[in-house]
Amino acid sequence: MAHTFTYPRDVKTVYYFGTCLVDMSFPQAGMAGIHLLRRAGVEVVFPQEQSCCGQPAYNSGFLEEARAVARAQIKAFSRADWPIVVPSGSCAGMMRHHYPEMFANDPEYFDVRKFSERVFELGDFLHNALHVRYEDKGKPVKVTWHSSCHAMREMGATAAAKALIGQLSNVELVEIEREYECCGFGGTFSIKQPEISAAMVADKIEDIRATGASAILSGDCGCLMNIGGAMEHKGVPVAPRHLAEFIWERING
Amino acid sequence: MGSQHLDFTANVTEALADRQLRANFKSALTGLMKKRVAVLPDAAERERMRDDAEAAKRKALAKLPELLERLERRCTENGIIVHWAETTAEANEIILGIMRSHDATKLVKGKSMVSEEMHLNHFLESHGIEALETDLGEFIIQLNHEPPSHIIVPAVHKNRQQVGRIFADNLEGIPYTDVVEELNAIARKTLREKFRTGHVGLSGVNFAVAETGTLVLVENEGNGRMCTTVPPVHVAVMGLEKVVESLSDLPPLLRLLTASATGQLVTTYVNCITSPRKDGERDGPKEIHLVILDNGRSKMLADAQLRRTLQCIRCGTCLNHCPVYIRIGGHAYGSVYPGPIGKILTPQIDGLADKGVLATASSLCNACEEVCPVRIPIPGIIRRMRTEAYDEKGDGVVKGHGAKKNLLETLVWKGWELTYRIPALNRFVVSMLGRFGDKLPNVGPLKAWTSVRTAPRFASKSLHQLAKEEGIRHE
Repeated sequence: MAHTFTYPRDVKTVYYFGTCLVDMSFPQAGMAGIHLLRRAGVEVVFPQEQSCCGQPAYNSGFLEEARAVARAQIKAFSRADWPIVVPSGSCAGMMRHHYPEMFANDPEYFDVRKFSERVFELGDFLHNALHVRYEDKGKPVKVTWHSSCHAMREMGATAAAKALIGQLSNVELVEIEREYECCGFGGTFSIKQPEISAAMVADKIEDIRATGASAILSGDCGCLMNIGGAMEHKGVPVAPRHLAEFIWERING
Repeated sequence: MGSQHLDFTANVTEALADRQLRANFKSALTGLMKKRVAVLPDAAERERMRDDAEAAKRKALAKLPELLERLERRCTENGIIVHWAETTAEANEIILGIMRSHDATKLVKGKSMVSEEMHLNHFLESHGIEALETDLGEFIIQLNHEPPSHIIVPAVHKNRQQVGRIFADNLEGIPYTDVVEELNAIARKTLREKFRTGHVGLSGVNFAVAETGTLVLVENEGNGRMCTTVPPVHVAVMGLEKVVESLSDLPPLLRLLTASATGQLVTTYVNCITSPRKDGERDGPKEIHLVILDNGRSKMLADAQLRRTLQCIRCGTCLNHCPVYIRIGGHAYGSVYPGPIGKILTPQIDGLADKGVLATASSLCNACEEVCPVRIPIPGIIRRMRTEAYDEKGDGVVKGHGAKKNLLETLVWKGWELTYRIPALNRFVVSMLGRFGDKLPNVGPLKAWTSVRTAPRFASKSLHQLAKEEGIRHE
């Protein structure tokens, strides 16, 4: 999949797609993303009719349901052609790459493609479209980073996330071994193949623990819910944090 | 194996509990991953080669019937006898017929995944013919009565101590050793005698070149060349997707095959077989047969998306990079082709009723797609297998489509659709979860989740609410 996106210039207004998981379980991470965009001088529009990108059904074999939900999102973000910023590489990848696939043989294909080209992952957008600069006001801390597979392989957003973390002068980033490897979430995979998923997240936790970091950052709440839930279950004292929330706290002291 | 019942969950439980097995896979596959990168260090060059390799395979598939006919014509002109088999049973019968016509009772085999797909050894043994594997890895597991656990390194699940034990237990007069050089020497000595006395040699085919009628076979141990040159008769078996148009298609394919499979620039042997021994020549088989197997492949060819499964050159790198395969190993899949490629190939060959479960064993992390030398969109085809397994619209084409259709899941996803399509319902459900989500009964999916994780938490105020309260513009 191509990662070479054309980033908009002189952005004044963006749409924000919060994702269903952030909406239900991580709204503070979602708000932090909105705050970071506004801090960069951009007006944020949050359509209240938005819900979910449709990926759970799409990946589970229920294409018709996925398409129905996708259509509702496309409609909710149709009143203007502003960029659509998403605090998740996985949901962004779904809307960027898989929406056109889902509608490849439909009359709306070309409209869907135009929609998809407006979709960006939050960290990638902050770094590559808005060129944000951050001043760290927090205490020295050691963190590590987990890229969701789709942030890395569909949205090419890993380098941008690390560049943003790199701007925080008191934050030491220690990379984990096998950083490229999936944490075992995979949406319904984690409940359809719970044992394999458990083995994957157990190994991921060991790699995280080995870094000595006090927090594991990611741009995807699915991974954070999986890794964080497993660390809590096992009593591993590493805090799972969404990148946006972490940055927002650091720059506000 | 097609008709065997696959208890994937039981296989997974057993594999995950085997610490030695997991350590063997992790160590071997991490090594293979590193070797691949070391031999393909320039990303831009690698991507260009992948473009060329993909193009060569897709071009060939786009005119496969024509190329197969041309291959048959050229091979026949060159003196190679071509046979067509629609099913594995037909292919087995053809090989049995060749053996019988020569009164042959000993077959020496080079590595061939198609022969595994045919369960050829078992078939021949039931007809009183000894089929001996001569690839070192295959030799080891044949002694131990196991199927391969990897398509390139079939004994990857064994460490050298285990190999030493297998040799000592199964070969006469061989004491235990775990010194690699000694193990190699034991295998070499045992196999040399077998080559000398084998009546017929069997091999697979990596690429069959239509313009010249050349069978290309790569290998490292020399056993392949022994099988194809020492016995008086050579039988090559191939799936019908192995044909490429011309010799000029080969360089990127060969380069990427060996780099992806074993991290080598080139294999020790690259055999190009074009004809049997000619008059006046002093060596080589007197007779060569080529058996071309369909076994469901032409059905894949007929569908634009499924066709891409046939691009596979069997390098096995998707296995090496798969976080699921690394942990459960090859045997857990209960199928000839394990790992990511197996998740799309096996259900198409054996059917979704028996093997559809394999497509659920993927987090869709896309690691396989990222490394596939011929750019097979494996995750997309895994999704297709899942969609075909439920076959909501009734337009499925894969064997056993709709096999997993059930009322419960259909209703769950219909409910999901309504919840995320209708904003008012979405607001209601999210607010209910915020209020009562921590009181959900720990059953079903939640129970699976909480076996190793704490339960998900639901915020008392959704992002929709927070954004509204903070006065974020909503249009």
